[in-house]
Amino acid sequence: MTPLLFIEQVLNGLQFGVMLFLMAAGLTLVFGVMGLINLAHGSLYMVGAFAAAAVAGWSGSFLLALVAALAASAAAGAIVELTVIRRLYDRDHLDQVLATFALILIFSEGTRWLFGSFPLFLDIPDWLSGPVTLPGGIEYPLYRLAIIAVGLSIAAGLFWLIARTRLGIRIRAGESDREMIAALGVDISRLYTIVFALGAALAGLAGAMVGALQSVQVGMGEPVLILAFVVIVIGGIGSIKGALIGALLVGLTDTLGGLLLPEALKLFMETSDATATGSALASMLIYILMAVVLIWRPRGLFGGAT
Amino acid sequence: MNRERMVNAALLTLLLGVPLWAWATDEPFTITLATRVAILALAGVGLNIALGLGGLVSLGHAAFFGIGGYAMGILASHAQSYTPLMESPFLLEGTKSMPVIWLVALLASALAALVIGALSLRTSGVYFIMITLAFGQMLYFFSISWPAYGGEDGLSIYMRNGFPGLNTLDPIQFFAICFACLAAALWFNARLVRSPFGLALNAARQSPERVETVGLGTFRLRFVAFVISGAITGLAGALFADLNRFVSPNMFSWQMSGEIMVFVILGGVGRLYGPVAGAALFITLEHVLGGISPFWHVWLGFLLLLVVLFARGGIVGLLAGRRVAHD
Amino acid sequence: MTDPVLATKGLTKSFGAVRACHDVSLDLRPGEIHAVIGPNGAGKSTLIAQICGGLKPDAGRVSFAGRDVTHLPTRARARLGLARTFQISALAMEDTVLQNATLGALGAKGARAGLPGLLGDALAPGDLRDTAMAALERVGLAEHAATVTSALSHGQRRQLEVAVALTLRPRAFIMDEPMAGMGTEGSQRMTAFLDGLRDEAPILLVEHDMDAVFALADRLSVLVYGRIIATGSVDEIRANADVRKAYLGEDA
Repeated sequence: MTPLLFIEQVLNGLQFGVMLFLMAAGLTLVFGVMGLINLAHGSLYMVGAFAAAAVAGWSGSFLLALVAALAASAAAGAIVELTVIRRLYDRDHLDQVLATFALILIFSEGTRWLFGSFPLFLDIPDWLSGPVTLPGGIEYPLYRLAIIAVGLSIAAGLFWLIARTRLGIRIRAGESDREMIAALGVDISRLYTIVFALGAALAGLAGAMVGALQSVQVGMGEPVLILAFVVIVIGGIGSIKGALIGALLVGLTDTLGGLLLPEALKLFMETSDATATGSALASMLIYILMAVVLIWRPRGLFGGAT
Repeated sequence: MNRERMVNAALLTLLLGVPLWAWATDEPFTITLATRVAILALAGVGLNIALGLGGLVSLGHAAFFGIGGYAMGILASHAQSYTPLMESPFLLEGTKSMPVIWLVALLASALAALVIGALSLRTSGVYFIMITLAFGQMLYFFSISWPAYGGEDGLSIYMRNGFPGLNTLDPIQFFAICFACLAAALWFNARLVRSPFGLALNAARQSPERVETVGLGTFRLRFVAFVISGAITGLAGALFADLNRFVSPNMFSWQMSGEIMVFVILGGVGRLYGPVAGAALFITLEHVLGGISPFWHVWLGFLLLLVVLFARGGIVGLLAGRRVAHD
Repeated sequence: MTDPVLATKGLTKSFGAVRACHDVSLDLRPGEIHAVIGPNGAGKSTLIAQICGGLKPDAGRVSFAGRDVTHLPTRARARLGLARTFQISALAMEDTVLQNATLGALGAKGARAGLPGLLGDALAPGDLRDTAMAALERVGLAEHAATVTSALSHGQRRQLEVAVALTLRPRAFIMDEPMAGMGTEGSQRMTAFLDGLRDEAPILLVEHDMDAVFALADRLSVLVYGRIIATGSVDEIRANADVRKAYLGEDA
């Protein structure tokens, strides 16, 4: 294994981690503020990807496609919040799990109905395609670098939003004391809709950006959703900082594990066995990471006391 | 006899009567549907012990369902290819005998539940949901990337496994086996609910603080419930694999966990016969709606949404009314 | 004088900047009712939680039945014979009154058997049921044995709380406002009942009903802002200037 390959994989891990962060940020905000576990978050990711693919196919513009992804997923999020989700805030987690599972069924099969079972494709625009040469002579796809940049700027923006803006103050207040901010005259149900739509938009954006790397198809959201769960369990539910660190940790572990584990096993196993065992173990690695974190800190790295 | 018991008796009669009628009129497909109901209900009975009695929202029961399935797949595939599972330190052969397979499935899934439970039960609430889900996924990805037993393609078993004295290839006889397993699990579940353990576990769900102040450990109660729950779902997995003569990573998928939970909820969580009603409704819907539209999951989604939002007692709750306290 | 059954030494607990419990030392001697009174927010719940095991103190010790139990979990303290009633009923509301009482009996038995049995009938005639029914009988809930707990009045839930504690056959009771929500008549009956109970096991009583406290308490401790400002007999406390100023003064 060359150092170049290693650095490339680190970048891939970063890109993956940044994507996971966009998913996990919405999940963890919605849980932190509203106390809601939302399985349908992956559906919003899918909605973003499909909206982007459809608009790109129609207009040919990638930027327009991203805007469409943001708009469609935010709108889908707002509608779902207004019709279903807000009935669930006072329910127990079991009801939340089931109702949002039902939403997945509706979203997934509804999308299949509209778009058919064949995957759609979203092309990387010319101005973002091709490799760039990084310092040290590493060739790396420009598009993936762009994803890392977009993801990190959004992370920075989110931190700023939470720490510095009125909306952020309300979000933080909503996390600690729901009745208090209602008593202070903040329109709590509007705040909830906004937070939910914001989370949905981030998921939709992630879906659209990943849609250009993979195919756009029904069911694409759920694997990412589950990884996002792992991320926020590791980071601590409700913590944006935890989501970012958890996401990068999971992204890097997954990418580098697949590379390093078979190599490491080759030191004391036959090559073919090492590859098989290594890849099987690598696929479990992030879950093992999660288990280790939980044994060490049952509420995640940045989880609160309650 | 209260109404819930009447509903339960009606459910069992229906589940027994429909395949018998199908057998008399020579409709093997209907018998197979009823067999599916019995097996999926059994998986639900397993989950219901953790979920309904223990209040443990496990979204990872596919792990046990899959382990049961692979227990059957691995043992039977070695038997059909006449290769031993291992030769050292001692010889271990595959088998085509259902009782042996069941025992292995029960033990293997109980063992998995032991490990997963010990780790997951350190947490509670939403963490528990996510962690059980994640453990399920872990096994899912493992089964995909482990090439020895078919990887992504799964394992096909050419002949259904045997049961002493019965012809398992005959649909009605295989149904009878599955029905007997379900009945045994229901009987066990009913006893468990009435037992001192069930009393304490049920109280731990409602008021964990109370259980601790009388000197009982909530962790231990939940842990034992989780292991029993996983083992029963594992047995259902072995039967399911035998029904299809096929196992694949799909048995581990999180949709499977979701569906098992849906049986329990549609039927009525915490109701002894809830999983039976739920599985029967699910299979009926799949058969009826699936015949009308390939996108029937949309309608299932809406139905589930309605049940969760407006009819929290599920089918048994609707039919039997509010829960009546017994003695 | 006999050794105390239960004693705290220098218990201190802070939540952030708030000292909810500050250097609290008190004891409970055989045969007595020791009442802890204090205005709302004085730290009574924090004190109880530390004694029973729900909260770990920042400093100080709890000893019970001749052992240091500071680091034991709630259930271990219960097994040693510490029975607690809750201010806000912590009962299994979906279960019947008898089932709740049986849980207590089960806990008392579980001290020997470990895990409760997986088979068998918890409510079948036998030891468990006898213990549970006897306790219900004593608090006057026997005729409600088959009632679902959520259907009980607040006062009846208090009685059931006490019944569950009785099934444990404890060495000491910790009672958190057992009269709350009871009418005058119910309060009087409960007072008479607790009066007789002290001979079975001493009671650490946190209570707002001053009639009951003055009628029952052998000794009183007054807790204000997390500190015990006075401990003594009813008469001593009535005469104590600090108490009059800090506590009764505010109320009167």
